[in-house]
Amino acid sequence: MNFYNDLLGISPVLIVSLAGLIVVILEALFKKGETISYFLSIISLILAGLFAIYTYSMYSTAFNGMVAVGGYASFFNFIFCVGALLTILLSKDYLAKRNINYGEFYILVLFATAGMMFLASGVDLIITFLGIELMSISLYVLAAFARTDPKSNEAGLKYLLLGAFATGFLLFGIAFIYGSTTTTNLKVISANFQNYQNDFLFWLGVGLLLVGFSFKVAAVPFHMWAPDVYEGAPTPASGFMSAVSKSAAFGAFVLVFIFGFNGTNEQVRYAIAIISVLSMALGNIIALSQTNIKRMLAYSSIAHAGYILIGLASANELGKQGVLYYSLAYILMQVGAFGVVSIVEREENKALNINDYAGLGHRKPLIGVLMSIFMFSLTGFPPFAGFVGKYYLFASAVQAKMTWLAVAGVLATLVSVYYYLNVVINMYLKEQPAEVLNNPEQEKISISSAFAVLISAIGIFIIGILPTLVTRYFEKLF
Amino acid sequence: MHKYIGLALIFPLVGFIINGLFGWRIKKEKVIGWFGSLTVGASFIVSFLIYLELVRLPFYERKFIVEYFSWIKTGGLDISFSYLVDPLSILMAMVVTGVGFLIHIYSIGYMHGDRGFARFFAYLNLFIFMMLTLVLADNYLLMFLGWEGVGLCSYLLIGFWYDKPFEKMTTSDAGRKAFIVNRIGDFGFLIGLFLMYKYFGSLNFNTVFSIANKLQVGDSTVFWITLLLFVGATGKSAQIPLYVWLPDAMAGPTPVSALIHAATMVTAGVYMIARSSVLYALAPTTMEIVAIIGALTAVYAASMGLVQNGIKKVLAYSTISQLGYMFLAMGVGAFSAGIFHLTTHAFFKALLFLGAGAVMHALDNEEDIQKMGGLKAHLPITYKTFFIASLAIAGIPPLSGFFSKDEILWGAYSQGSFWLWLLGAIGAFMTAFYMFRLVALVFETPPRYGAKHPHEAPKVMTLPLIVLGFFSVTAGFIGIPESFGLKNLFHHWLEPAFEDANAKLILESTHSTSTEFMLMFISVLISVGGILLARYLYLKRMNIVAKLTQTFSGVYKLVYNKYYVDEIYDTIVVKPIKWGSEKLLWRFFDVKVIDGIVNGSARVTSIVSSVVRFVQNGIVQFYAVVFLIGILIILWIIF
Amino acid sequence: MIPLSWYLFLSLILFTIGVLGVLIRRNAIVIFMCIELMLNSVNLALVGFSSYIGNEIGQMLVFFVLVVAAAEVSVGLAIIIAIFRNRLTVNIDEINLLKW
Repeated sequence: MNFYNDLLGISPVLIVSLAGLIVVILEALFKKGETISYFLSIISLILAGLFAIYTYSMYSTAFNGMVAVGGYASFFNFIFCVGALLTILLSKDYLAKRNINYGEFYILVLFATAGMMFLASGVDLIITFLGIELMSISLYVLAAFARTDPKSNEAGLKYLLLGAFATGFLLFGIAFIYGSTTTTNLKVISANFQNYQNDFLFWLGVGLLLVGFSFKVAAVPFHMWAPDVYEGAPTPASGFMSAVSKSAAFGAFVLVFIFGFNGTNEQVRYAIAIISVLSMALGNIIALSQTNIKRMLAYSSIAHAGYILIGLASANELGKQGVLYYSLAYILMQVGAFGVVSIVEREENKALNINDYAGLGHRKPLIGVLMSIFMFSLTGFPPFAGFVGKYYLFASAVQAKMTWLAVAGVLATLVSVYYYLNVVINMYLKEQPAEVLNNPEQEKISISSAFAVLISAIGIFIIGILPTLVTRYFEKLF
Repeated sequence: MHKYIGLALIFPLVGFIINGLFGWRIKKEKVIGWFGSLTVGASFIVSFLIYLELVRLPFYERKFIVEYFSWIKTGGLDISFSYLVDPLSILMAMVVTGVGFLIHIYSIGYMHGDRGFARFFAYLNLFIFMMLTLVLADNYLLMFLGWEGVGLCSYLLIGFWYDKPFEKMTTSDAGRKAFIVNRIGDFGFLIGLFLMYKYFGSLNFNTVFSIANKLQVGDSTVFWITLLLFVGATGKSAQIPLYVWLPDAMAGPTPVSALIHAATMVTAGVYMIARSSVLYALAPTTMEIVAIIGALTAVYAASMGLVQNGIKKVLAYSTISQLGYMFLAMGVGAFSAGIFHLTTHAFFKALLFLGAGAVMHALDNEEDIQKMGGLKAHLPITYKTFFIASLAIAGIPPLSGFFSKDEILWGAYSQGSFWLWLLGAIGAFMTAFYMFRLVALVFETPPRYGAKHPHEAPKVMTLPLIVLGFFSVTAGFIGIPESFGLKNLFHHWLEPAFEDANAKLILESTHSTSTEFMLMFISVLISVGGILLARYLYLKRMNIVAKLTQTFSGVYKLVYNKYYVDEIYDTIVVKPIKWGSEKLLWRFFDVKVIDGIVNGSARVTSIVSSVVRFVQNGIVQFYAVVFLIGILIILWIIF
Repeated sequence: MIPLSWYLFLSLILFTIGVLGVLIRRNAIVIFMCIELMLNSVNLALVGFSSYIGNEIGQMLVFFVLVVAAAEVSVGLAIIIAIFRNRLTVNIDEINLLKW
């Protein structure tokens, strides 16, 4: 493969990074550059998405086997573009609403997206590490973006401290793997995998990598940062962090653990299963007693990390497809749900209580219906994407002879019904608060935000009815 | 024609989309209502045409699988949106769309002037779509989609008047209760499906049943699968112990009670067992459990119907009890008898509910039968049709209920045991009694409704009553027992669906015509006795009733309060937890657990939740400690 | 020649000191420095491995780690300054608006 082909292969990343750099310069040159930055980001993400589709059939690696291009990487690049695009569409009004309308927001989203793209296509642990850090550092700033809001500051600091702490362990893991295998290339590791079966250093490295990834996907017991960060961060950024960055981490998780380490061994898979069960249980149970909707969605995202981990624990074909499918479905539903929250939210962290959703379904019929779709999909109600995804994951556990894991998953969804439904009940079956009724103009919905949520809901519906539209791309990934 | 079965599903879906999206813009109720009804009517016509096509085909060719597109497709797991057209499913589709169509029309009158008119029709259309998905699906997963979907619609419709208080709670609480109880059943159902997937490697009816056909009777995995599926059925079809939601579901508008909570959705469990008859035939133990639960529910719910004072409450318990009969039929292997009763029940129970709706309509939504009476003169059509339906459900020949119930009782006797028959017969007596107690108190006793001026319902409401009345009388003739020397058309029609199952059941051929006639005679006698007793007590000797209630006030109270089941749940499960949480947790933490979660298990979870959440104490370094402990645990598991 | 295990032990000791610092110190800036210590101890291990294995991948990774650590520090300091402006403290125990 020659150099230009390599460049074409990673063109989505290049486009997004380049756009990020241009926006940096624009922001420096113009005082009121937000609108230009906004449109430029949108255009670049659409372009990157198109290139991701265009490069789909390349099925190869570029730059001496450092990055995967086409197939698997294209799929993830594409869904990151979708997630970032939705986030940007949602954020414009939100930023204006909270008086933090700075173009840097878009820069950070673009760089984080570039990081995710590297992360989910790194065939070399160095790329994985760089991707994770590019993504995380951008997200740290995004979390602290509302710099006059102490909650946002705190979210940024907590994320940063714990993120850097986790990076230390991840890096140590990479060092051990390098020490025992003399390489960081996943293909080489995979080819010589049987040589490391009894290598203590190697498995120590695998364990630490597991910890590092579990942190990034916010799985119990490495989840503690997530609720605080998602609550404090600006709402569209919370959606972006909790869904898109999580999917990126899962993309790398599958790449490293299933392709690189050939599905690892019994004990590691057992450890993943334990993490998965803990996440499902704790996430769902704590979400029950939350009154702040962002925090509730944060705990629900922990539970969802648990669901997706089922696919990794079973480590078979079905599980892999389940992780991929669920990543897309989860981006759509979680970004959509946070999108609705950002629409409903008012200046200075108001209207974030679940009670504030009372009567929303009657006030804003469209938003009510869309939020219900997100909630039902998150619950795993057919025919939405959440159901099909859960079905894949649970079926993979059954196939891998871990029926108990599937049963735990079903039980967990049973618990989750209560709190997701609570939102729907509030929207449709509770009286509207008088205060809101008297000030209807406080709840204006802009076209771009409504469009973003609508797209997510339609997407959930379509891939829920026709999962094959997506899954047929899973048949050949490399 | 069978290729167009999809049309039957698409019509109501279009109705849902149009009414749901644009309904609030269309100001004319008539347009919305008739549009919604006609979509269902159209889908009835499609089903009927397919039925005609099937009839013309030779007996064993009456089965088609119509595949539209693939849904979930991956290694070894192939689920598509494909529909099974066979005698059983097309019969169900006709019942659902036929009764559904009439109830839609009735609703145009009943819901007149409601501010959620369009929303109501949108939900009803969605319900029909989901119900058709359930009955026409050719695999368990698609069936589950319908299964969940009808539950959702039911929940939305129960809570339709969300601001209206209902007994001690609001209607939305009733909706939530229904939903959550159903989820418990669904949990069993889903686990059953997993087990099935694991065991048979597929969820398609064809594959599963053809593998099952080769299995031995008494297979232990099949036992668990069928039992778990039955748990799902007890939730959806309101059987012991998960019946508690159905009486509360009456909080919804009456047409909803008629369509969803009497005629169609609640019978989904029966249909599911009938559909899986091959599996059930392999598991005699499950069959026994089904039969016993069914018979017990039939008697238990009927006994509660005896003393209720809400007109819809009586009918709700009656529905539970009749569903018990259907399960009894399934349990003893009289599959087509159960489906037969399902069909006739759909007619007369829908009629009863609609009649009750007409009564309430006339009396400004009064539900208490103590405050009714004397409506015979004011509501002649309602009275006549209600009376006919009561005769039908009581099992008076030659009305439809007689044939279907009698067939179940005969099945219980010949394929089950004398005791099952006895339970059924006791239930039949109670049924006759409570129905005619209702008729007497509502229509025939002197008026007690004060200054209200009752008036007959408009034509859109009475017409469906008359049509349903016609079917309540005549539907039985399609299933006249063979002992009468005629061919049982209904059995013959369903035979292809159940022949595999019947082949597996070892039926002792105790078929003696004389016994059958004798039992038939006894059951008619019992029904007539119940009717006469009720009429005698409530029309001639009200004082005896009062005296009886006095003398047996303990029993009366026990039954009136539904055996205190709700209270028992409350004292054993809910109260102690509530006490503990109020006294212990509130003092320390001063937090409110999310309110209104209905049952005990949910409360336990939410209390655990409100405690565990405090682990998240906001201190970063504590988070880091947890992180470190996590690492140690992970490494310990790995090595 | 010094055996590899010595490098690894030194690296582990430094890493543990870093971890303990993160867990014990209360000042956000000091915690930051401890995290830097953790990263640098990994660098030590990487260089050690690299030199014993005889290829340059580990040393290459060290450069990336240095860059990443620098970026992290700059972002971290910026956030800490923002917090200090709003709250007038960098004591990690007092920064707990977000909990439960």
